[in-house]
Amino acid sequence: MDWMAWTWPTAIFFIVIASLLITFTILAIKFPETPRTGILRIETTRGDRLFITLLGSAFINLAWLGLVGANQPFALVICLIYAAAVFRWV
Amino acid sequence: MEKTVNQKAWFLVLPVLLLVAFSAVIPLMTVVNYSVQDTFGNNQFFWAGLEWFEEMLASERMWDALGRQLMFSGIILAIEVPLGIFVALNMPKSGFWSSFCLVLMSLPLLIPWNVVGTIWQIFGRVDIGLLGHTLDALGINYNYTQDTVAAWITIVVMDVWHWTSLVALLAYAGLKSIPEAYYQAAKIDQASRWKVFRYIELPKMMGVLMIAVLLRFMDSFMIYTEPFVVTGGGPGNATTLLSIDLVKMALGQFDLGPAAAFSIMYFLVILLISWVFYTVMTNLDKREG
Repeated sequence: MDWMAWTWPTAIFFIVIASLLITFTILAIKFPETPRTGILRIETTRGDRLFITLLGSAFINLAWLGLVGANQPFALVICLIYAAAVFRWV
Repeated sequence: MEKTVNQKAWFLVLPVLLLVAFSAVIPLMTVVNYSVQDTFGNNQFFWAGLEWFEEMLASERMWDALGRQLMFSGIILAIEVPLGIFVALNMPKSGFWSSFCLVLMSLPLLIPWNVVGTIWQIFGRVDIGLLGHTLDALGINYNYTQDTVAAWITIVVMDVWHWTSLVALLAYAGLKSIPEAYYQAAKIDQASRWKVFRYIELPKMMGVLMIAVLLRFMDSFMIYTEPFVVTGGGPGNATTLLSIDLVKMALGQFDLGPAAAFSIMYFLVILLISWVFYTVMTNLDKREG
């Protein structure tokens, strides 16, 4: 594992993503769902919404870093609001 | 009522997942690890935090490469899509010549990318290349190794030569699927050629054209081999597209940290486009099915 140059922050980052994926997999098996059509006018399942959230969050973080450049944790707050919006309306 | 989605089938793809983990996921994780650290070689790393991302976002070099990349993709789409449709409209619809055209059109698609690059690299040379020599004999000053405009024209024409066939073949498939009755109705209404195209052929081709545009955009956005073989990113940095710049940074200068940050941002853009591509395609399928 040395060659992968692990650090604690990146490890936590991947652990969070992995546990999100596992949680959503278990949810999908335990509680099957019908896809729904939201404001993007595309059919989405919970997994799709998670993907849209994660991808969008990456861009929100980059935008914050590029435009504001300080107080990076605040970008995470925006990401959470964005996530709630995606799961509510998309 | 619609069927519920059964996600259990996903367990059947576990073997593939394992393979992808080794070939893509683990290397990608390593890139993420590199992007927050600095190294002087010898596998020793020092924490750098978000420094490289900040540096890359502020880097004129990256924005310039992105600008060139978008310009390249824009230009080739603006040429290849209308040209592909035009070729498809004028292809024979049946018989020997139809098959002949199809085979002929597929040929450029079968040539490996580095060979395409080499062909055009030699083709454009003033001393031995047919194109370069002819232009020179006509008194046109053409030298793709020194002149920015010539270099751009060469890589754009090369891409058009290589990939217009793909758009044409897709558009042709779309055209073939239009029932004869539509044309007969248009004839009864005395519709002009333009109106037949605008109200029958174009709407019916929309699905495949969407696929063509997205495929060509994504491919051209990741293009590396052909321009690298022809111009090597020059003259100066004039044709240094995103992937060429990335390789220069990662392997040429061995700046692993910045290159990793750059790769991740590049990857995110590609991921976004792929997702749009996938969504559009599956939704088209559902609408048609």
